[in-house]
Amino acid sequence: MEEVDLEPNPTLIPGAGFNQQHIGFEWGPGDMLVFETNYQLQGSRSKGSPFVHVVRKDEDICSPILRKLFNESHHIFVGLQKIKEDVPSKNKKPQFVSISKNYRSVIRACMEELQQGAVSAQDRSLASQYGDQVSILLAIELIWNLCEVLFIDAAPAGALLLHLLDWVRLHKSDVDTKAREVLQSESPTQHSSYWDVVISLVLQGRMDEARQVLSKQATLRADSSSVFKRMDTLLQSMPIFNLAGTQTLTEFDVKWRNWHEECDRSLQDNTFASNHHLEAICKILVGDEDALLEHKDLLSTWYHFLVTRLLFCHPTIKPPDLHYYAQSSMNMFVGPRAPPEPLDIILLSAFEFDLHQVIKDCSFALNNWWFVAHLTDLLDHCKLLQSHNLHFGSNLREFLVLEYASGLFTHHSLWQLAVDYFDHCPELGRVYLELLIERIPLDTERKALKVLRICEDRQMSEQVRSICKIMAKRSLRNNRLGSALSWSIRAKDAAFATLISERFLQDYRNKGSFTDLDLLDNLGPAMLLSDRLTFLGKYREFHRLYGEKRFSEAAKLLLSLMTAKIAPRSLWMTLLTDALPLMEQTEVIFSVDQTYELMSCLEELTSRTNNSKETAPEDDIELTKTELLRLALARNLAMAIVKEGTIET
Amino acid sequence: MFLMTFMVGGWRRAPVIRVSRSGIKMTVENGTALLAGSGSVWRVKWAHPEFGQVLASCSFDRTAAVWEEIVGESNDKQRGQSHWIKRTTLVDSRTSVTDVKFAPKHMGLMLTTCSADGVVRIYEAPDVMNLSQWSLQHEISCKLSCSCISWNPSSSRAHPPMIAVGSDDSNVTYGGKVQIYEYNENTRKYAKAETLVTVTDPVHDVAFAPNLGRSFHVLAIATKDVRIFKLVPLRRESTSSSAPTKFEVQVMAQFDSHNSQVWRVSWNITSTLLASSGDDGCVRLWKANYMDNWKCTGILRGDGSPVNSSGHAAALNAVGVSAAGQLLVGAASAGRYFFPHLDPPRAGSRLGHLLPPPFLIEQMYESDPTHALQPRHRYTVNTTNQPNEHD
Repeated sequence: MEEVDLEPNPTLIPGAGFNQQHIGFEWGPGDMLVFETNYQLQGSRSKGSPFVHVVRKDEDICSPILRKLFNESHHIFVGLQKIKEDVPSKNKKPQFVSISKNYRSVIRACMEELQQGAVSAQDRSLASQYGDQVSILLAIELIWNLCEVLFIDAAPAGALLLHLLDWVRLHKSDVDTKAREVLQSESPTQHSSYWDVVISLVLQGRMDEARQVLSKQATLRADSSSVFKRMDTLLQSMPIFNLAGTQTLTEFDVKWRNWHEECDRSLQDNTFASNHHLEAICKILVGDEDALLEHKDLLSTWYHFLVTRLLFCHPTIKPPDLHYYAQSSMNMFVGPRAPPEPLDIILLSAFEFDLHQVIKDCSFALNNWWFVAHLTDLLDHCKLLQSHNLHFGSNLREFLVLEYASGLFTHHSLWQLAVDYFDHCPELGRVYLELLIERIPLDTERKALKVLRICEDRQMSEQVRSICKIMAKRSLRNNRLGSALSWSIRAKDAAFATLISERFLQDYRNKGSFTDLDLLDNLGPAMLLSDRLTFLGKYREFHRLYGEKRFSEAAKLLLSLMTAKIAPRSLWMTLLTDALPLMEQTEVIFSVDQTYELMSCLEELTSRTNNSKETAPEDDIELTKTELLRLALARNLAMAIVKEGTIET
Repeated sequence: MFLMTFMVGGWRRAPVIRVSRSGIKMTVENGTALLAGSGSVWRVKWAHPEFGQVLASCSFDRTAAVWEEIVGESNDKQRGQSHWIKRTTLVDSRTSVTDVKFAPKHMGLMLTTCSADGVVRIYEAPDVMNLSQWSLQHEISCKLSCSCISWNPSSSRAHPPMIAVGSDDSNVTYGGKVQIYEYNENTRKYAKAETLVTVTDPVHDVAFAPNLGRSFHVLAIATKDVRIFKLVPLRRESTSSSAPTKFEVQVMAQFDSHNSQVWRVSWNITSTLLASSGDDGCVRLWKANYMDNWKCTGILRGDGSPVNSSGHAAALNAVGVSAAGQLLVGAASAGRYFFPHLDPPRAGSRLGHLLPPPFLIEQMYESDPTHALQPRHRYTVNTTNQPNEHD
């Protein structure tokens, strides 16, 4: 189980290290910045390379080709998480198998697309890149399929071999291409690959097809037709375990043994001596291992050899016995001296039913977490992983899903998929999401809203607040007051809202009009966030009432802004000046009491300013203003008294 | 705008590097000397974007400074362009200021410095809109020459604010070179909670890992090797909370692969990877697997070739990168691991090199003040066109 403690291959940074300088680094969200510093390894200092390099680990995440794979598997993943826990896991098996098949079909679809891309690619390096990617996916699919057969479907003896045959057929599909080629040629029997096709079909246990191809030959040669007929009978009579039927394993075994003896007899009495091709086939049928190994080029892999060997020697193989045959088949096929390669080791571990080793080796050998994360998740749902508890309290499944999702998160658009993965990591998913979502670049308002929505849906109030604050700050920097205000309201940031309200009022004083009326008119209860914001909202309301010629309401509001101390004193003069046009109307708007209050406000204001400082030249205007106000107030008072007196009598 | 510390020794003009929340964007303040100080700038650090575009730097000239980026106002020709203003210079230190860090944002806008005279200073900007006012809130005397500080990023209410201070004092007899200070609500002071007595060699960097809601803290230390410590707070016997928390200190991992002094350690966002750089000229990446076994998962090293740069003389003064949108994905076919074709089988090694994929160098940016805003793709290994898939 213990892996070798290998040093990873160093990644070389071009143009660095010439003068033995230190390499500096800095973490980005997904990538790392690497640069050469000015510091030499041994003390002294010289100029470092002027380059900064971006280094990134999960390169596959950035591959535009695999985007589809990530997107579609995400749907399957989410669907899988929704399968109810309460159903006993036995009854869910068909569901899991179909999910597994869905994953595989996504891989296949992606592979086909890549293949087309590779064919149509103009650029040779691009084509080879596509080709490489295809081979990775092929390997992934091969492993996945085997895991599906062995772990998820967990077929018993008899059925097991049939599934394994399907597995081999699926991944050795060039036989079909060749067969088609041969059959479509002018004289199939003369085709150079004719016998290869027949034998390949036999090796895969596709007896009916083999017979079909063989019949071409039989019809030609009248003299040896009996020999062909004999072979045809042998192939036809080969018992195949019936998946759906009621046949027991013992019944099948007896039938198979009889057939096997029949084949053996044919070989013994030299029935096929006249035709060495047929004799070779017969040797295969009796499961002669040396004969099988003669067709190495047609088998091409040790696991094909394994399955073929089982087909003709041990068709009732039980799962626990698999690993013995797997190991020996590999040794026979590859030779004991050749060191096994990663894929071989992974498949071998699967045949040994060592799930953890399979997952471990896969995560080591593949350069993305997609495969291990999804496969482990599925196996975990099948209750196949006894959970290893980790030091931080999450299991293997979660560990791998977190790794995959963290990688996705570094991508500028795939990060949204990662959110769902984090949601299904009960231990650490939320913490990861919280940490990572703070690093999402909020390039646009739209994106900010999207991120915000995700945080709000998950009650991540701290992140919500932070995003709003950042956006408010940024809007203010860019002098977009309305946007800054609405963001700070969302952030419930009272101090900032006060500051922006100030800016609004300042703008008003300078320009005499408000901007962002839509926002200001619809503040609603949000205006209670800060005193200054309340004033801003109310003050704007006054302007609106005034504009709508609802003068008495406007007057009442204006007065209350001062008497209820909502308005800052610095703005009282402005407010009083705003009262002037109301007093100039033909009808009386301020009542006697209201006028008195206005007067006391004015006196309060002027008495303070007079006390505090000497009259400066610029105060002349202020003084005139005050005088004007006093005059207007007095006149208004007179009119109000007259009016009120008139009504009372 | 995160996580930028940048060694800019000897540079008259510091580059402004903006690692925006995901893309990497660097701009050069062309023409205007950003840091016009007389001494070397040791480090720069970004504040959380909640506080705007704010940088702090510390320098050999005994000062630390706070910088803010301002967008040009009104309708003059600077409109929309940004420029940097030095908001304040903190001059309390009598010796070189060796490190500068912002406190976790939940504590407000707080800046911490440490200096060679052994003092850690904590400043606060009471009004976040006015960055020219900073008040010195705390002065912690550490007795030993300080080289580095790290805040515990945990915002959990369960943990009081905590700061780790490292010392590069080379006298081994002075004992532990990493001290942990903790804020005490009652005394309103920082008090020493722990000294890591096993670390007796000079310490060059310390880094707390993001907490992830754990009950314990994880601290990485760069000294003659890389060490990762686990600090488990012990339950207090008495309810009197005036005494600082005591910790059970465990070594989680220790790596001496640098075979030399280690200068920097840094965690990635989710603390799944630790990076370290040392005198061997390498950056090494460390990762724990799900069984909590730590392993080196990556090495970055210069290829030793001379720089082939046209603007070499001027280049060092600035590092400029822009346009994060069009990253090139380079697939280094030599360095990249693939499952080879399964079908047909190839002679020889089919799946030969079972090693984790080496890092991929995506793109490099050349800094050249005259073309500061146009990244030149000087080095790309097998570039492919990546369609822009911005959502």
